[in-house]
Order: sequence, then structure tokens, then C-alpha cells
Amino acid sequence: MKKFALAGNPNSGKTTLFNVLTGSAAHVGNWSGVTVDRKEGVYKKLSEPVTVVDLPGIYSLSPYTPEEVVSRNFILDEKPDCIINIVDATNLERNLYLTTQLIETDVPVAVALNMTDVTEKRGDRIDAAYLESKLGLPVVEISALKGKGIHELMKRALAASKEKRQARTVCGSGVGELIENIRGSLEAKGVSSPLFHAVKIAENDEIDVGAYKDEAKTVGQFKKEFSDDVFGDDFEALIADSRYKYISGELSPALKRGKREKFTPSDKADKVLTHKIFGIPVFLAILFAVFHLTFSEDLFYISAMAKGLPSLDELGLDTGNPGVRLLACLYDGAVFSPGVMLTNLLSLVLDGISGAAGGWLSSSPLWLSGFIVDGVLGGLFAVMGFLPQILTLFLFFSVLEDTGYMARVAFILDRIFRRFGLSGRAFMPMIMGFGCSLPAMINTRTLSDERERTATVRVIPFFSCGAKLPILTAVAGGIVSVFGVGNADVITYGMYLMGICTAIATVLIMRNTTMKGKVPPFIMELPAYHVPRFGSLMVHLWDKTKHFVKKAFTVILASTIIIWFLSSFSWNWQFLPEEIEYGGETVLANLRMNESILGSIGMLIQPLFTPIGFGSQLASAGWVFAVAALTGLVAKENVIATFGALAAFVAGSYIATEDGVAETVAMISATGITIPGLIAFIAFNMTTVPCFAACATAKAELPEGKFRWTLLFWLCTSYTVSCMIYLIGSWWWTSFIFAAVAAAAIVLTVLWNKRIISFGKKRVGEQ
Amino acid sequence: MEKLLSAFAIGETGTVRAVSGTGKLRRRLFDMGVTPGAVIVMKKRAPLGDPIEISVRGYELTLRKDEAACVGMEV
Repeated sequence: MKKFALAGNPNSGKTTLFNVLTGSAAHVGNWSGVTVDRKEGVYKKLSEPVTVVDLPGIYSLSPYTPEEVVSRNFILDEKPDCIINIVDATNLERNLYLTTQLIETDVPVAVALNMTDVTEKRGDRIDAAYLESKLGLPVVEISALKGKGIHELMKRALAASKEKRQARTVCGSGVGELIENIRGSLEAKGVSSPLFHAVKIAENDEIDVGAYKDEAKTVGQFKKEFSDDVFGDDFEALIADSRYKYISGELSPALKRGKREKFTPSDKADKVLTHKIFGIPVFLAILFAVFHLTFSEDLFYISAMAKGLPSLDELGLDTGNPGVRLLACLYDGAVFSPGVMLTNLLSLVLDGISGAAGGWLSSSPLWLSGFIVDGVLGGLFAVMGFLPQILTLFLFFSVLEDTGYMARVAFILDRIFRRFGLSGRAFMPMIMGFGCSLPAMINTRTLSDERERTATVRVIPFFSCGAKLPILTAVAGGIVSVFGVGNADVITYGMYLMGICTAIATVLIMRNTTMKGKVPPFIMELPAYHVPRFGSLMVHLWDKTKHFVKKAFTVILASTIIIWFLSSFSWNWQFLPEEIEYGGETVLANLRMNESILGSIGMLIQPLFTPIGFGSQLASAGWVFAVAALTGLVAKENVIATFGALAAFVAGSYIATEDGVAETVAMISATGITIPGLIAFIAFNMTTVPCFAACATAKAELPEGKFRWTLLFWLCTSYTVSCMIYLIGSWWWTSFIFAAVAAAAIVLTVLWNKRIISFGKKRVGEQ
Repeated sequence: MEKLLSAFAIGETGTVRAVSGTGKLRRRLFDMGVTPGAVIVMKKRAPLGDPIEISVRGYELTLRKDEAACVGMEV
């Protein structure tokens, strides 16, 4: 099957075209660089089916970010039968710059002139036939969004793929002779796309100069005798200049500009959104609105203002009635936010399924119904329950991304991020971390600097993800109801803040010690705003749902089954759970979990947690916290699920609540854990090694050999942070010790960085 | 008159004369269309004073003052 590659600038509509061509669901966005890996699909409407590959957006074939490397390597190494170069007609000049590089390869190229409907609306006219005659490539006007001209484009591309195309370059004057020399020498060596490599060597391209050392020497020789009036021997500038000169000289007659308004709608929007004074408050308001709409249990603050509205129960409604239960998903003493409503609706459905499965299995052996209902369904549903809120959060971020606002956020925040040695672009993956670490870690590919990427991937788990929220709400609720102090919301927000502070502190430490380096440059396009497209938003969500469900049915399903097994069986294969009466129903509860395999593992590792408040100082049942933290290493959703199982044991009776507060209360009373211990427990779970799936993603995204250190980094950070919280919370004067240690560490680091002191070893880079 | 892009006032227009700096940074500036001869309009500063937004070759580009200091302009 023939293979066509879609190549073009970020935001040129490549992914939209890909979706139209293949009908498949790929990710579309307006944040430069959303296509983080290449995607493949099939176009079936030609005489033969064609594979279409969507490549990450690139500005040039001299790669700058890791994802631009993906595009370059694909074009050069896998030699597609044709490159469909999608060109944004509203931004012709910069888009054609890439075209002048693509024609230097041996691969056939067809140009898709996209967004021609937008240019027409503006009153501009582009002469495609003129461009075609000048470039010597098929040029087809299309509108990817409206599906216009697509088939014509594919027919022309197929025809082009059947002919051999002569590679050519627009870089003539001065360096033409040199390029021709190198091309000849590369061709004699049998290198494919010799002209392309010749130009890159002359341009002093890092990759090609390293690969062809002899030819690079020729360039050095040539430079000695060569001098341009304007550029001297600066070929890099000379070649870039000749490309743009070619575009503005030879190609620009194709563009007939109509009248232009002084301010585009985008400019007007930017007047407010990136305003000197309003810019930051508007950003904070938008961020607050997003989280409020996703997580709030009191959407309009009616309940708070009216000092408590009656719940449905208090209104005298029958809460067993299906209609009332449905209503309770939307309102129960307060109007919920859309995110909470969806969560409630889903849990209604899932509870129904669990209940039906339990009834259906009532005559089967005890261990089998326990396995199906608690092991398989219980674990799966605990995870699926987070899907609505993660999706809602993701939907809002997609809207912000699609409209082009996220790029402005980077613009606004860059100044702050620079203080910590990062660029404004690092904001996007970090904020995505509040939803889920996986897409956040993948998104770091848009960062150009390797050290910045590594540091960002490492701190992403500290931005507490959706799955960690239940730990926060359950434990905070438990603290409030047992000790009668504070406010659960304040504790929850405080812990989010703690995560952010940990991220800032560790980034600062890394950027000053192991991840030292200059602040990476920040050169980024600010795409024009546009209204988000419903279709592409749904594509975003569908993508995300697929990913999440896949995760739920693989790693999490397997892990819950293992945990269920370890907690339900003792070392001598005895099945521990038994049927008991609870609220008039017969339920299966594990009241002897201390005899289970998991219980004995918990007791074994319990002492390790002593310095952080939930180890040996607790009463005999204290190992339950160790076990919960341990299961959290697989998936953070497990922590509260484990609480549920463990609460049955510590309380000696079956407990099951929606929010896990009653379970936590039971565990607090049985173990005698203190408030600092509980806060330290939350902090530990928030900052330690993330779930299996996130670890696998981090391993794939980090540079070779960095993953081991990252695991160690997570362990050390979580241990230090929770130890500080526990010790300072228990004995306030220990804060002086921590302050002294921190001060000493800072002084030593500064002195070390200024090379005033050294620790015996010869320093790297000093030689 | 010669001037650095970083010293531009909001609304000021000029033509790129030369791009200093090294390696990837310089390469990126070229790729984004900041080459000698390009016309640049300084559009605005971010709320905290840095980075800046410029208009070049028909689109909006943002870069820091440090990077803009590599761009020599002719006003």
C-alpha cells in the first residue's frame, strides 16, 4: 500500500485534514504541537487504498523540539511515497518556508492550500495555478474543515507519487556551487536525498554535520575563500534569507491582498486576554471557573449563602424511588457542578450493575461472588468513577487549547516560570497534571530543552491528579469528623497548594544541581484565536476515554485482582471474607484481614513509615495505612478502595460509603493516628511514585537512564516532605532544625555553583 | 538608525539588519521568519513586562527580551 505523509506547520489544519481523510479519531488542537506522535489511517476513496500518516507540526526540517525530530526522521528514513504539504493560506509566507525545504528531498510533494475559505472571506485571493507553475508541484486549494477539495488533492497526490521528482533547491546565489559539490560527493556515496543533506551541511545543521564529517570539512574550506557582501561567510543566515527571498520574490505575486482591517478579531480578544493589568486576573478567573465547574458540590454557592438548603431527604422525598435518585445526582442540598453531576449519574449506573451482579451470583460459591463483585467489578468501577471528572476537566482544557488561549497563558506566565528555570510552555503539561499525569507527561514533548523536559516530567505527579482527589476528600473528611477541627475544603485546597510548592521547590533544586543549564529560549507562535470546533472537541474526549478505559481494563484490572487475592487469602490458602448481616442485607466482609498475605506484608514494612507518622507508633492495626500506601503505587484509586476493605477489618463490621469518610474515621479510631500523621499520609501519597501507568509513560518520555533516578527522586521527595509535615506538625520546634538544614543546603549549593568550594572530585566540565 | 529589537517601543516598526546569537536559538529565529530584511512590528509586552509579542511575516510571534536582544534592527 502506498504511504502518504502529512507535513506542515503547527496549526495549519493538518490533523483536521487527517480526520477528514481517514475518518479516524486523532487529537486536534490549537496549541502548537498537539500531535505528539505520528498517527496512521487509511484513505479508501482512490483507485487503491492509501495509508496516511499524520506527522507532528514543524516549522523547518532543522529540528528544534523532540517531536520535530519525529517528523524529519519519518520523511528521510521511511521515505513516504508522497508528502502532502499542508500550507495555511492565511499565513502563506512562513508556511512556504517549509515547502522550500521539502522540495530538496527526493520524495514527491503535493501542496494542499488550506483555509482558502478564510482568505476569501478576508477578501484576499491566492492564485493556485501560479504557485503550481512556480513551485513545479501540484497545488490544490482545499478547506479541511468543510471537506472541500479533498478528493482532488488525493488524486493529484497519487499521480505525483507515481512520478520521480527532481529534487531542487531555491538556494542559488553564492553557495550554489558549494551545495552542488557536496551533493555530487554524497550521491557518489549512495546517500539518498543528497541535495537535502548537502544544503543542511552547508547550513551547519547539527545532525548532518555530525553524520558527514568529510563534507563538513569541504564547507570549511569553501568558507575561507567565500565572502558575501551582506552575510560574509554566514551560510546559515544566507540560506534562510534566500528561502524567504524566493518566497517574497517569486511566489508572492500569487497572493492578491484585499483591504485589511486594522484590528483583526484576534487582536481585539488579545486586548483583554493579554492585557497589562487584566491579563493575569482574567487567567486566574478562567482557571478557577474550570476547577469550580468540574469539582464543586455547590455550583452557585446557593447553599453556602442560604446557610444550607434542605436535602431531598429533608424535603420528604423517598430516596429509594428511581426518579428521586436521579434527581439526587443533580441536586441534594445544593446544586452540583456539571462534573459532579456526571460522576453521580455514572456511579448510579455502576452501582446498579454491581447490585445486579451480586444478586445474580447469590447462589454461587462465596469466593466466586467475592471475586467478581469485589475483586473485578469493585476495582474497575472505582477507577471508572473518576472518568466523568477527568473528562470534564479535559474538555475545558481542550476548549482553551483549541481557541488558542493556552498559547497566551504561556505568554503571560513565562516571566514567572523563568524564575524557576523553565519556560512558559511548561505550564501546559503541569496544569494538565491536575487531570491526569499520562497526557501531561506526553505533552512535555513540545518542550525543546531536554533538561527542562526531564524536570517537568518529574514534577508532574505533584500536581495532584483526579485519582488522588478521593484520598484528599476522604482523609480530610475523616480529620474533620474525628478531631472536629478545621474545614475539609481548606485542608483539600491546602494539600493542592502543598503539591505546587513541592513542585516549585524541587524544580529549583534540580535546576541548581543535577539539571543545571541555561533557561531554555522561548520563541513561540501565537496562533489566531478561533471558535473551538465541536467535532474536534469530541475527538479529544473520545481519545481520552479510550485511553482511560484501556488503562482501567489492563493494568488496573490486573492489579485489583492481585490485591483482592492477597487480601482475601491467608498464607495457608484459607478464604477469609465471610457473610455478615449489615443494614438488613447479607454482605461479604473481610474481618480477618490481619491474617491475609497483604496484612503480613503490611506489618513487615510498617516500621519504614515510622518517621513519617503512620508506622510503628500506631496501635496494633496501624499496618493498614502502610498497606493502603503500598496499593497506591499501582493506581492511586486503590488507596481509598483499600480503605474500604481495611475498614471492615478494623471496625469489625462492614462499612461502605460514597466518599470514604466513614471508612477513614473507622481507621483513625482504631489506629490512634494523629492529625500530622494523617496529613503526612496524604502528602506521601501525593508526592510519591505515581501509578504504574504514569511510571510507564515517564520511562518512555525520559531520556535513556534517567528513569531510575526519577524513581529515586520521587521516593526521596515524598519521604522528605511527609517527614517534615509530620515532625513539624507534632513538635513545632523541629521547624528550626529543618530551616537550619535547608539554609545549610542552599549555602553549600550556591558556593558549589560559584566554584568556591569543591568536594574533592574534579568537576564535570572543568577538565 | 540601528537599534536592538529588545529596545523597541510598543507600535514601533523596523527592518531586521542582522541576527546574532548562536546555535539552535539563532536557527529557530531564522526558521520563524526573523531573517535580515524582514519587517517587524512590536505589538505588546506580557503583563509582567517580558516576553514580548511581535508581528512578523503576517503572523504573531512571542519571544523574550533576551532573545530579542539578538536581533539587530534598522529603524
